[in-house]
Amino acid sequence: MSHLGPGSKLASSKEQAGLRYPSNGKTIYHRPLNRSKTAELSQAAFAYLFSEMVSYAQKRSTGIQELEKRLNEQGHPIGLKLLDLLLIREPARSQNRPLNIIALLHFIKINVWTHLFGRQADRLEKSSNPDTPDEYMIIDNEPLVNAYISVPREMNQLNCAAYVAGIIEGVCDGAMFPARVTAHTVGGKEEGEMWPGKTVFLVKFQPEVLEREALLGKG
Amino acid sequence: MGHGYEFVVMTVFALIIINKAGGLIYNRTFHEGGLNKVSTNDLLVLAGTFHGVHAITARINPLRHLSNNANAAAGNRSSSSSGSLGLQARPDPPAGLEVLETENFRMQCFCTLTGTKFLLFTDTAQANVDVTMRRVYDMYADYVMKNPFYQLEMPIRCDMFDRKLSSYIREINNR
Repeated sequence: MSHLGPGSKLASSKEQAGLRYPSNGKTIYHRPLNRSKTAELSQAAFAYLFSEMVSYAQKRSTGIQELEKRLNEQGHPIGLKLLDLLLIREPARSQNRPLNIIALLHFIKINVWTHLFGRQADRLEKSSNPDTPDEYMIIDNEPLVNAYISVPREMNQLNCAAYVAGIIEGVCDGAMFPARVTAHTVGGKEEGEMWPGKTVFLVKFQPEVLEREALLGKG
Repeated sequence: MGHGYEFVVMTVFALIIINKAGGLIYNRTFHEGGLNKVSTNDLLVLAGTFHGVHAITARINPLRHLSNNANAAAGNRSSSSSGSLGLQARPDPPAGLEVLETENFRMQCFCTLTGTKFLLFTDTAQANVDVTMRRVYDMYADYVMKNPFYQLEMPIRCDMFDRKLSSYIREINNR
């Protein structure tokens, strides 16, 4: 994070009592809090927690849009923090934040997904529609947050992975690629459907991001 | 299907879930022709009736309570010298009716600690119904209880539960 603040202040405070760095350079930020062998958490515990988060958001909202917005807002700060955390855990030479859209999306698809869900996202796509060159899609066949959730028919527009969309949005915002991210269910409802919960995370970047990308591309 | 084959084939016919107040919250037929069709109204009556019968059978089986009372009395007499006796003295919830068997089908009932009842209607020759029941209960715990849109004690309308249940039972019925 040296690119953020004045480095001299940090160096001088090193001499003061209280702030000590381990000799191998590994701080508490370099390893997970949970130090069990696989560092895994209980999916059931998460499912109950997430279920309550959805209920909480639902109680306070009047429509599906608002409910998704609330879930999105719950995820956003996690994304912001996760970007910092995952970058600080990278080896020192690759510690810089992603500088173009493709690198950013790859970072999300691989690093963020693996950290959160223990596997990569399934696919990455660019919108084929020439009218929306600012739209990218991250595809997850089976979002972990939706593992136990059946959305009632009258709310079929809703996808609770809006929470994950919020996390992605946080990562994008933190990396200075302001974007709007939404989650959409695309899996079919028919019997025998391979991935009934297939979800597309639609990443829509702000115009200035594309403008900058175009300028960088020229140079 | 060959002649006489039907006597060997093992099938799970249907599942009914009754909430703790005796209301029918789920019913599903997996195999047509095993049981007679019953109208929804009759099913509701059946669920309520079974609930009552189950409550009665749970009360008329006194053996477990007697032994528990004896344990508790013994614990009191020793003037609660050890704390571990408190644990033993807590009685198991009375179990009540568990299996009902007829010429054509077998009904197994599983009552959870919270009073929800699962009734599984199977072929009389069906083996390992306990295992099936356990798995159904697992699925209920996963896909119903962890679903934020399910309201407790209300009818179960969860796509995911339906889907997982169908594929599991289909696997058994096709074995």
